[in-house]
Amino acid sequence: MSAVAVPTPGALPRRRPARLAQFRDLAMRAIRSTARGGDALILPIVFPLIILAINVKALHAILGVPGFPTKNVTSFAIALTFLQGALFSGIACASRMAADIESGFIKRIALAPVSMLTVLDARLAGVALAGAVEAVFFIAAARVGGAHVAAGVGGVIALIALSILFNMAFAGVGILLAVRTRSGEAVQSLFPIFFVFVMLSSALMPLSLIDVTWFRDVAEANPATYMLDAVRSLFIGDGDLGELALGAGVAAAVLLLTSALSLKGMRRMVVTP
Amino acid sequence: MYETSVMASAEANVTHSQEAAGSGGIVASGLVKEYQGAIKAVNGIDLEVRPGEIFGLLGPNGSGKTTTVEMLVTLLPPTSGQASVAGHDVIAEPGEVRMRIGVALQEVALDPLMSAWDHMRLQCTLHGLDGKEAKARARDLIARVDLLEAADRRTRTYSGGMRRRLDLALALVHRPEVLFLDEPTTGLDPHSRAAIWEEVRRLAKQEDVAIFLTTQYLEEADELADRVAIVDHGHIVAQGSPRELKERIGDRSIIVKPGAADAPEATRVLSAFGDTRGSADGVVRCRLAHDGADLASVVRALDSAGIDVHSLDVHAPTLDDVFFAETGRTLRAEDEAMTADGGATSAGSSAPSAESHSARVGEGPPR
Repeated sequence: MSAVAVPTPGALPRRRPARLAQFRDLAMRAIRSTARGGDALILPIVFPLIILAINVKALHAILGVPGFPTKNVTSFAIALTFLQGALFSGIACASRMAADIESGFIKRIALAPVSMLTVLDARLAGVALAGAVEAVFFIAAARVGGAHVAAGVGGVIALIALSILFNMAFAGVGILLAVRTRSGEAVQSLFPIFFVFVMLSSALMPLSLIDVTWFRDVAEANPATYMLDAVRSLFIGDGDLGELALGAGVAAAVLLLTSALSLKGMRRMVVTP
Repeated sequence: MYETSVMASAEANVTHSQEAAGSGGIVASGLVKEYQGAIKAVNGIDLEVRPGEIFGLLGPNGSGKTTTVEMLVTLLPPTSGQASVAGHDVIAEPGEVRMRIGVALQEVALDPLMSAWDHMRLQCTLHGLDGKEAKARARDLIARVDLLEAADRRTRTYSGGMRRRLDLALALVHRPEVLFLDEPTTGLDPHSRAAIWEEVRRLAKQEDVAIFLTTQYLEEADELADRVAIVDHGHIVAQGSPRELKERIGDRSIIVKPGAADAPEATRVLSAFGDTRGSADGVVRCRLAHDGADLASVVRALDSAGIDVHSLDVHAPTLDDVFFAETGRTLRAEDEAMTADGGATSAGSSAPSAESHSARVGEGPPR
């Protein structure tokens, strides 16, 4: 190693690092890893759009069912696209957290004077940005399919906000599992479970038209139903604030609960100040 | 003999601890880490490291080295005992401790998608360095570890040595007062190992950094550390400078293989020079007494007695001999047992590195 003159230890002031700067750089790392990972943006956008195309064809016959809330099937099916995008992004985000834990990178971060809340927030910031990008693509695809955001510009903004919130909620569940199990494989195993969970809802049929009692009961209890209905309220209705608030509230509750539990687990990884 | 030595060492350490406690050193007292099932990974460790000192914790796999490091760097709460690092309590003031320590853990955790520059930038920010100050520091450190040419590449393309060197540079970003290195040269080639050693020595001597390193390599502890603590089953069995530790167990040994009929006579002749034992394979081992029998005298005595000598080797005491004297086992045997059991062998124990050869191959300790 070449000799480079350096000052003696203590020459640098021992100051508390700025939390905002720490958040900025950790968030940039999360965003860069999303972009560099390649699959992290392709899967959450391309795959849900393929499913959308299939569903639009498959669900065409449902337009004739009395009580179906719209004449444009894309307006109905697009809600599932938002949830599937969030599902892919959330799992990818949680997988990267699990990789940090497995590799010991989280210890490197934790050994700096940085709050675990900052670490968690920065990780969620990455998935939030992905949510915003996904929403833009999905809204554009919906328009191509003849669906319009009935609630106007405000509705577009609300859709982007919902997409961000859904991404963070799914990521929250995945991160919690990553922190608890410290295993990337465990996080990956969430995907099929979430996939079934999302389908056991009003994903393919409005709640009021589901005939099978047990299925309707499950769908009614499933938070995904309310998240789907919130998206639909912006395409089909004119932004029913009740449905919007309920869907956003469910996602926010999941996010807050899982974040609090994740934070507790992350702090256990180090002796907390 | 060893009890007396350990007591003398403990007295000397009182002054060490006062010095270490008051400034950028380490003072640990009665550190215990107990896991579920009453398994004590660390069982009452006392140690002190002064600023500018290189302190080596030497022991086989599973002896408690990494657990000790993790407690001292605030990653693991001790079950009992106390420790102060850089003048701050590891339990009560972990944030203050983290601002003053640099840590290179056994597993080199780098983000494979990030370059060396990316890592340095992030590490600088996490430790409160920003702007020009951070850029200058990053450049200095990357130059110091000879990674300037590769600094733009993602670390997934780096060799093991490059990863270790970057890890060391990252640990130095904020000019720590205390540097922890957990098996820093495990699995490295001799060139990379020498580079790490050089930098560690420079940090201690020029920057007055207190350095705490763990190692399973005898040679590393012997060559690099000012003081060594030998740890076994979670507690320290011997502590002192490598020279002091080796002197405690005597001077050099001579290993003679005489003709089959001459073994009893060779044993008799050699016993005049120190503690001598024959073995079933006909080899006679003599630990030379402190008062200085030289090799020439031994050879002359054997020749005068008309003993047919097939081979004669001189064996200088090693830290493995110290470990053997304290535990009845050798570090080499411990490592081999771990491998045979399919136990938790490190990358280094399986890697065909030059250092593992030089440290572990050779005669076992004289008896």
